[in-house]
Formats: sequence, structure tokens, C-alpha cells
Amino acid sequence: MTEKILTTHDLHLYYGNKEALKGINLDFNRLGITALIGPSGCGKSTYLRTLNRMNDLIPDVTITGEVKFQGRDLYAPQADTVEIRKEIGMVFQQPNPFPFSIYENVVYGLRIAGVRDKSVLDEAVEKSLRQAAVWDEVRDHLHESALALSGGQQQRVCIARVLAVSPDIILLDEPTSALDPVSTSQIEATLLNLRHDYTIIIVTHNLQQASRISDRTAFFMDGELVEVGNTKEMFLNPEKKKTEDYLSGRFG
Amino acid sequence: MRRLFDDELEELDSDFTEMGLLVADRISAAVTAFTDRDTQLADRVINHDHEVNEREIALEQKSFEMIALYQPVTTDLREIVTILKAVSDLERAADHARNIAHAALKVTDKERIPELEALINQMGTKTTQMIRDVLTAYTSVDEDRAKQIAQIGQELDELNHDARNLSYEHMKSDPEFKTAASIYVNVAQDLDRIGDYVTNVCEWIIYLKSGRIVELD
Repeated sequence: MTEKILTTHDLHLYYGNKEALKGINLDFNRLGITALIGPSGCGKSTYLRTLNRMNDLIPDVTITGEVKFQGRDLYAPQADTVEIRKEIGMVFQQPNPFPFSIYENVVYGLRIAGVRDKSVLDEAVEKSLRQAAVWDEVRDHLHESALALSGGQQQRVCIARVLAVSPDIILLDEPTSALDPVSTSQIEATLLNLRHDYTIIIVTHNLQQASRISDRTAFFMDGELVEVGNTKEMFLNPEKKKTEDYLSGRFG
Repeated sequence: MRRLFDDELEELDSDFTEMGLLVADRISAAVTAFTDRDTQLADRVINHDHEVNEREIALEQKSFEMIALYQPVTTDLREIVTILKAVSDLERAADHARNIAHAALKVTDKERIPELEALINQMGTKTTQMIRDVLTAYTSVDEDRAKQIAQIGQELDELNHDARNLSYEHMKSDPEFKTAASIYVNVAQDLDRIGDYVTNVCEWIIYLKSGRIVELD
């Protein structure tokens, strides 16, 4: 049996009184890509952010239920969010490089973790940038500002920054919605390579992106998980009428 | 929500139905030309065969365009795939109608074999009805109806078998009948093949409805 790396059980999330997640039960196997899709406001990004406790930063949020990473409760009182976010990294919609050099962006997490050895850092920079498929484009400019890069390159540097701290899971919240089609396909190709070594969970509004790159798709609506399954099957023959209507653009 | 895609799909559906009715008419005309020994009608079937081919190409192009422009999924995709597959089956069915029209030209100066003509008439009626029914089953995405229509394909198999035996008997009893009987055998064979193509369309209707690819023969 494939090992479950991340499990959520009866997960509810409230913004004040508003229930944004209504008891989500969803598990993730190690490795591969899972796409979370659904209309705006369906809860998919909220759900994604519960997976590495990003919602902690939002005031007036209440979370009940269970999120377990490798059997460990992420919401246990003793859980360390810094540690969690190292193991479960996140890439955001807008590329958000720090206003440093490309090199310093990539090693940021390692420096915080106290790594000083230059050869270790150099190695991590090259390895991560290669994995993020941006090394060839930036290798001669490592000490120039990351802000000078194109949006697509910035996003891949952000992916490299996540990879540098060797996470198990990479969460991506619409990582290509601010990018042009060429950069988008570069990011997709990057993710398709990474899926062999990492568990990837991606929120996307681009249904073709979900069908192109994901192994499994989960469809959310009104704070509920409507259907989850093999992507190919879902895009050819979904079980639920709601899924069918959403995928074929009848609403949303 | 009504989508632009729905309008285009509706147009595609009605073009497909029109092509189907045209093919049914061609088969019916070819069989009439054969049994009535009407060479003018046979010529018309042969000379107008290109119209079916042109419709097939137009429907294929339209389907490719819709796939490229709308990137359909789920039943939308299955509907277009069904049409793409079904139009080539219908086009092949029409090729057999053309064969029958050619046979009609060849048979004019040969002996008549009334029992065989009756069988061929019966097969002709069944095949044209099968096509008309399959178009209705497609429009209403009626899986059960599609299965019933495929059964008629098996009846055609049996009639073809009867026609073949009857022809051989005639050939044996009187060598005069030899050429005529072999033409009758071919026509029965053409009609049986048309039944097979319509059965394929039935299979695609089941795919459209269920997403399952099945074999009905």
C-alpha cells in the first residue's frame, strides 16, 4: 500500500462565524501531484493554507478537526510552525522574491537554520536552481538582484528557495496565474520533474493545467470536497454531476 | 448557463444527423436501383457519393476546431469523439451503398432471382431503418436503444447467410445463374457490412452515455 504522507480528517475552518471549510476528509500519498480545483471562494486555497498553518497569521480564524503530517498532528500545541513550513513549503501566486540576490534568496531558509558553510550553501544553490529548471538561465547572475528576473524566472527561483530546505511536500497556490504561457509551461515542466521526488499539492484555476500535470484532482465547492480521484478519469467521466458541470464550464 | 460551445455543438449535432439521413437515403436508393434494375437511379447514387465524403470532412474539421478552441472535457469531449468516430462509420456505410449501385449497373442484363431480391429488399429496409434509428438514439443518448439497434445487425448477419446459401443453390442448379448469383452475394455482403458500421455507431453511443468502450457484435 502506498504510504499516506498527509491526512486531513473532518477539517473545519471558520473566518469569524463564516464556515469556509465544512469537514474536509482528504489524504495524500507520498509523491505525485494533486490538483485542487473549484470556483472562486470554494475553500481550496483556504484548505491549502491549513496544510502548513498559513492561516495562523489571519486573525479570527478557528480550525477544528485534524491535519496529520507523517502521523504527527500539525495543530498540536507543541508543533513548531517554522519546522512545519520547512517540511511543507509553499509557493504563492505572485512570485515573491526577497529584495536580495538570487543566491541569497535560495539560501535564505538555510541561513535561518544556521548553515554557514559556504560549500554547503553553494551546493544547495546549484542543486535547487537546477531542480527548479532555472539554473542555466541564472548561473552567471547569481549575485544580481532576483527582482531583475522575469516573472517566470522569479517564480522558479521561489520554487528553488522552497526546495533548498529539502521539504517533503510543496504547496503551490496558483503559481502560474500571473505568468505568460511560456513561463507557465516551464513551471509545469519543472513540477512534472519534481513529482518524482516530492509530494506536490497545487491550487489552480486553470483546468487544463490540472488535467495536464496532476495525477489526482480534488474538486471543492462551497467549502466541501465534492469529488476526488484520478485526474484522467475525472476529466473524461466524473462521478458527480456538479463536477461535470464545473469542468465543462457550465458554472464557476 | 448557456455556453457558446453549446450552440456550436448543436450545429455539429444537426450536421451529423443530416449526414446520417443522407446516407440512409443513399442506401435505400441503391437497393431500389438494384432490385428495380434502375440504372439512372444507380448512376445518381454513384455520382453523388462525393457529397457524403465532403460532409464527413466538414464534420471532422469542425470537430477538430472545437477541440482546439474549447478544449472540451467530460461529456462534451465524448460527444465530439462520438461524432468523429461515427462520421467515418457512416461514410464507410455510404461506400457500400455506392458498391450496391455499381452492382445494380452490372446486374441489369443478368437473370433475375426473385427470392434473393426479396431477401436483399428486406436487408435494405433493415439497414436504412437501423441508420434512422441510430440517429434518434444518438440525439436522445439512449444506451438501451443503441443495444437494441445492434441486435438488428445480427439479424442482417443471418439474412446475409441465407442469401449466400440461396445463391450457391442457384449456382449449382443452373450455371446460367452463376454471374447473377455472385452479384447478389456481394450486395448482401455490402448490406451486412453496413449493419456492422451502424453497430459501431451504437457502441459510440454507449461510450457517449457511459464513458465505457464496448464491443456489441
